[in-house]
Amino acid sequence: MTGRLNVVADLGGGFVVFDHVQKSYDGETLVVKDLNLSIAKGEFLTMLGPSGSGKTTCLMMLAGFETATAGDIRLDGRPINAVPPHKRGIGMVFQNYALFPHMTVAENLAFPLEVRGMGRSEREAKIKRALDMVQMGAFGARRPAQLSGGQQQRIALARALVFDPKLVLMDEPLGALDKQLREHMQFEIKRLHDDLGITVVYVTHDQGEALTMSDRIAVFNDGRIQQLAPPAALYETPENLFVASFIGENNRLEGTIEEVGPRSLVRLRTGELIDATPVNVHQKGQRTIVSIRPERVEFKPDMMPASAHTLDAKVLEVVYMGDILRTRMQVAGSDDFIMKCRNTIGQTRLEPGQTVRIGWHPADARALDPL
Amino acid sequence: MEGRPLKQALARAQSRAKRRALLLVVPLLLFIVVTFVAPIGQMLLRSVHNDAFARNMPNVGAWFAENDGAPTEDAFAALVADLRLARENRTAGEVGTRINYELGGTRSLFTSGARGADDLEPPFATSLVEDDAKWADPQLWQVMRTASSAYTASFYLAALDLTRDGDGNIVRVPEGRAVYLALFAKTFALSALITAICLLLGYPVAHLLATLPLAKSNLLMILVLLPFWTSLLVRTTSWMVLLQEQGVINNTLVATGITDTRLPMIYNQTGTVIAMVHILLPFMILPLYSVMRPIRPHYVRAARSLGATSWTAFRRVYLPQTVPGIGAGALLVFILAVGYYITPALVGGASGQLISNLIAYHMQDSLNWSMAAALAAILLAAVLLLYWLYDRLIGIDNMKLG
Repeated sequence: MTGRLNVVADLGGGFVVFDHVQKSYDGETLVVKDLNLSIAKGEFLTMLGPSGSGKTTCLMMLAGFETATAGDIRLDGRPINAVPPHKRGIGMVFQNYALFPHMTVAENLAFPLEVRGMGRSEREAKIKRALDMVQMGAFGARRPAQLSGGQQQRIALARALVFDPKLVLMDEPLGALDKQLREHMQFEIKRLHDDLGITVVYVTHDQGEALTMSDRIAVFNDGRIQQLAPPAALYETPENLFVASFIGENNRLEGTIEEVGPRSLVRLRTGELIDATPVNVHQKGQRTIVSIRPERVEFKPDMMPASAHTLDAKVLEVVYMGDILRTRMQVAGSDDFIMKCRNTIGQTRLEPGQTVRIGWHPADARALDPL
Repeated sequence: MEGRPLKQALARAQSRAKRRALLLVVPLLLFIVVTFVAPIGQMLLRSVHNDAFARNMPNVGAWFAENDGAPTEDAFAALVADLRLARENRTAGEVGTRINYELGGTRSLFTSGARGADDLEPPFATSLVEDDAKWADPQLWQVMRTASSAYTASFYLAALDLTRDGDGNIVRVPEGRAVYLALFAKTFALSALITAICLLLGYPVAHLLATLPLAKSNLLMILVLLPFWTSLLVRTTSWMVLLQEQGVINNTLVATGITDTRLPMIYNQTGTVIAMVHILLPFMILPLYSVMRPIRPHYVRAARSLGATSWTAFRRVYLPQTVPGIGAGALLVFILAVGYYITPALVGGASGQLISNLIAYHMQDSLNWSMAAALAAILLAAVLLLYWLYDRLIGIDNMKLG
């Protein structure tokens, strides 16, 4: 299990380090509470969370547009709290791109090079390289207003990369694009990251984006990192209820711990016993919420581990979604237990009103501390 | 083949809607024609047309039409005939006034000439000149020659400090009598100064207005608009209270020992500039505000993240995006300032008078409406020129007035 909240291993070694950083806007409430985060060189780290969770504030502190109220931010070993934004050498891609509307694409890209006093020929070579990198070589003379959203996005990316920054920050850069273009751009950004070997800190509230692009994801809520882990670990082994419910869909069953151990038993409110893996509950009799992913729920006995506890489930509704069949069932007194069945040739089609017995692998049912 | 009927069908389908739309606009259109287009046309006409001489002096007019050069006995005979006619019709004053516009001290020449015209004996070339030697002045005859045509450029010449000498050549008026060009120059210079001060003072305020949170920016907006809600006279009068020699500011300056002497701040150019900046400031702030409001802070942040200092970010990213507002505000303030009348009249004293005050003088005191019209037309032309320049440099399409 990676990245437990309070265990911050070797903060000093990271390329970007947040060391006990706090931020308050009004002097009364903390927007960011004791942030500790170490980002390795070349890593693609995503800050994921609902709006108001403090993720954008963290990004703005790193960029230098907000000052940390307490704590240190270090870049490549150097404290940068007192360094103004223009001296940090960090590339940034903004929400809505922020391309300068009165300049052409080439002038936009020339801007960071000009303010660095770079000569004309060198500038042109770099601009050409950056435009080619995002496949926009033919658009140098256009104005931003003459470009589509996806094209503007590419130019914004090129502008943030043209001066060869070691660190690039992206603040919900794909938020304004339609779904198809967004997925394409995710791939492009990932490719650029791999090709250039840059470090990327990416802020988004879109979990799909976070899961597909990141090396590690920091899930923010209430000014704290709730969990910091690679995508698979985050999805499969959420460490608290917030992460479990924020990332992907999940079913919740309330109950109390009946037996503690590597495999514990949980007695539900309606009296049934189920298997679960204890995550942050440790005592017999403790209240818990068991979280199970809908695609890990099984209704065929041969797919469940031997001796698994099963529950009665009454099918209420089957929604045909193409690749899956989303089945809503009544389980343990709750009407919104979801099971996702793959739409394969041999799949048993359940009908509303039918009663089946469902079960799961104990590792997939995570007993979490109720918030 | 298909194109024509489709166009006709479209025109027919839309004609009813167009007619109804036109009906809505008609009242305003009429209003503008009656109160704006017609008076300006009338003014432009008046600046080149004055028939006070031509109408009342037919004989000498006929002589001018047939003969060139110095006046002969025939010319004097025609003049005397006209003077007798003028005495009969009691128009000598009107004629004299017309000539007096261009050659000072000639009104009485005509009125007394008309009075004595009946007693004159031929040859009139000698008897009239004996009566008053001024009648022999070649410049007088030159002026009468131009005045004998109802249409004349002489008001424009006068408005530009030019005149015709005895031979009909256009020359500068003597140093001591040239007023207009200097006043035009002063008007434009002061207006430019006022525009510049308004821009310097208004730009940061507009920026604040555009970036403050709504509650605070609303309060600030009320403060900006407050001058609009107060009478112009009240505001100007309060400047008198503040700026006069025994006024609040001077008292404070002397009491605190910042200055020993009381500064003359009103009834001169300083007073005009201060009061007009105050009055015209909202006209600068509002267009700037409307341009700055949609500029998101992202742009400056982007520039900063790309390595620009805050000054460079302002100069290269923020300022260029506000140029349409600067242009609109400056044009508005400048045009208003160039034609401003009431404030310079009240607080300008002798040195703070602008061209509009002279136009008012010609309208009200000297009753030389043609001269007033010529001055106003030159002002109008200058403003139109400015407008054209603005269009060429920034583009009227880019103008945002609010």
